[in-house]
Amino acid sequence: MSGTHSTAEVFTRVRQEGRAAFIGYLPVGYPDVATSIEAARALVRGGADIVEVGMPYSDPGMDGGIIQHAGTTALAEGVRTRDLFPMVEAVADAGARAVVMSYWNIVYQYGVERFARDLAAAGGSGLITPDLIPDEAAEWEAASDAYGLDRIYLVAPSSTPERLAYTAEHSRGFVYAASTMGVTGARAEVDQAAAQLVADTRAAGAQNVCVGLGVSTPAQAAEVAGYADGVIVGSALVRALGEGGVEAVEELAGALAAGVRGKATA
Amino acid sequence: MTDAELFDVESRNAGPYFGQFGGRFVPEALIAALDEIEDAFAKALKNPSYTEELRRLHREYTGRPSLLSEAPRFAQAAGGARIFLKREDLNHTGSHKINNVLGQALLAKHMGKTRLIAETGAGQHGVATATAAALLDLECTVYMGAEDTRRQALNVARMRLLGAEVIGVESGSRTLKDAINEAFRDWVASVGRTHYVFGTVAGPHPFPGLVRELQRIIGVEAREQFLAQLGRLPDAVVACVGGGSNAIGMFHAFIPDADVRLIGCEAAGEGVDTPRHAASITRGTPGMLHGARSLMLQDEDGQTIESHSISAGLDYPGVGPEHAWLHTSGRGEYRPVTDAQAMEAFRLLCRTEGIIPAIESSHALAGALDLSRELGPDAVIGVCLSGRGDKDVDTAARWFGLLDGQEGGDR
Repeated sequence: MSGTHSTAEVFTRVRQEGRAAFIGYLPVGYPDVATSIEAARALVRGGADIVEVGMPYSDPGMDGGIIQHAGTTALAEGVRTRDLFPMVEAVADAGARAVVMSYWNIVYQYGVERFARDLAAAGGSGLITPDLIPDEAAEWEAASDAYGLDRIYLVAPSSTPERLAYTAEHSRGFVYAASTMGVTGARAEVDQAAAQLVADTRAAGAQNVCVGLGVSTPAQAAEVAGYADGVIVGSALVRALGEGGVEAVEELAGALAAGVRGKATA
Repeated sequence: MTDAELFDVESRNAGPYFGQFGGRFVPEALIAALDEIEDAFAKALKNPSYTEELRRLHREYTGRPSLLSEAPRFAQAAGGARIFLKREDLNHTGSHKINNVLGQALLAKHMGKTRLIAETGAGQHGVATATAAALLDLECTVYMGAEDTRRQALNVARMRLLGAEVIGVESGSRTLKDAINEAFRDWVASVGRTHYVFGTVAGPHPFPGLVRELQRIIGVEAREQFLAQLGRLPDAVVACVGGGSNAIGMFHAFIPDADVRLIGCEAAGEGVDTPRHAASITRGTPGMLHGARSLMLQDEDGQTIESHSISAGLDYPGVGPEHAWLHTSGRGEYRPVTDAQAMEAFRLLCRTEGIIPAIESSHALAGALDLSRELGPDAVIGVCLSGRGDKDVDTAARWFGLLDGQEGGDR
């Protein structure tokens, strides 16, 4: 069952276009709430099919230096959980699908049912949960069913075939394949394990598998687009925003969007 | 106590859940590694080559069993109850931390890992891990908040002397909680050859149960010693609680003894009605931190609030899930002890018994003094003296104004 805004529709469409989806991550509140919303709109203008709206967290165990720094800055500026929803709405209004990416305690404290309700009301498609595995997710499974939201869990190169099948079965929209055993951050090379992980996750029953962690250049995006349903870029966009502002986000997004269409030049 | 009882984990709940607390709130990338540890530990406890080696190291390296010493001059100062100290301060490396570390380092060997990583606050767990790595010929990297490397420079030097690499963590609040985040980041990327020696009874399953099983020997010994030395059990056992490993180690064997009160002393810093404390049970709310659901200090949005304590080892905004459960179920009692109360007990033990305790353990000593006043002279109280105070001499000297050039003196 998918909600009316499920990201699954995006994958149907891009498949018809013979390409992969481009998914860009930006945290709310960096460098401030208003600019982060502008940056999200720029990301959509540049060609993002799905925007991951990140919630800064005091203890981001899965994030590398660039996203940690952005989160620390946003928290120091006073960003609140409720600031997510206007950013989600801006992405939906701009014509892309919005999913939130948040560590679980943030959602838990907001109230799982209330979070699902407010996310759906803002036009959001679902939630990526980097530190919530399906084994612990009974409350979220119920709330996401009630509001027709995508449940985007992660799989990793260390996941056993049993866990891949279990995670695929509980996912909706797409499965987030963490390409490498490590944290977020731009890398020179996307791990070779990523292609195998995508193949294994599909074999375990997943419809749509997107690859994140380490993708930063249009050439890498093109390479990953060759085997995955979607390409997720985070740290490189956050760095672009920090160094060159909203315009730099739009420019990099444009190059990455060309990349997933196999038009990367570099 | 027989080894069979000591290692019979299957007769006890070792997680993943302690009531509503515990679980695994971690990235999927770590699940396989956590499963591997759980599986390896269960097998090791049934393998005499593991259990006999661990028992040999307890005896011949750590110096176990640790003494149970009566502290009559200390006890005289308040209420007159008989107070007994479980002397984990006499262990090699100076605290209870070695119990857990030897068990995990041997486990790492059994799993074929060649490298240990650890987080540390005050440095005691880091020193213990560096020690075990040297002993067992393993590589060792210790993550320590940059703020703590400055406060505890001597322990940084100790770890380096033992051959460990010490990495100062500059992210977040630059303290223990950030060192844990950084250790998890390292572990995700290096899990094939690395074992993460988690230092306390917090974190994702199986760590809370595993670390408890390795610390449980404290209370198992103390219980036997009370029966042998006094012919009776104590009325209460008291321990300090940061993450809670010495406390659960002291408490666990007494849980079935319904007449023995279990009293945990949390760091109240400058007071639980100020923003500067580390009392995650007294003032915390349910939430997920570092991979488990437990009680923690957090704001309305679920962002972790920085803790404060004069004792670096208790300066942590969370607590192990089994303590949250003992609190919620009513079996355990948790009380806040301020910096000032702890330091008063610290001084009293120095002057009455000639023992310089760790400031962490001084929180338990302060709790025992209060309890002695409540229970009166017929009572028997056991205190886990979890560590020695050598590392705290500088902090204590400053607190009491004992350094040359300091104003005031004898606070």
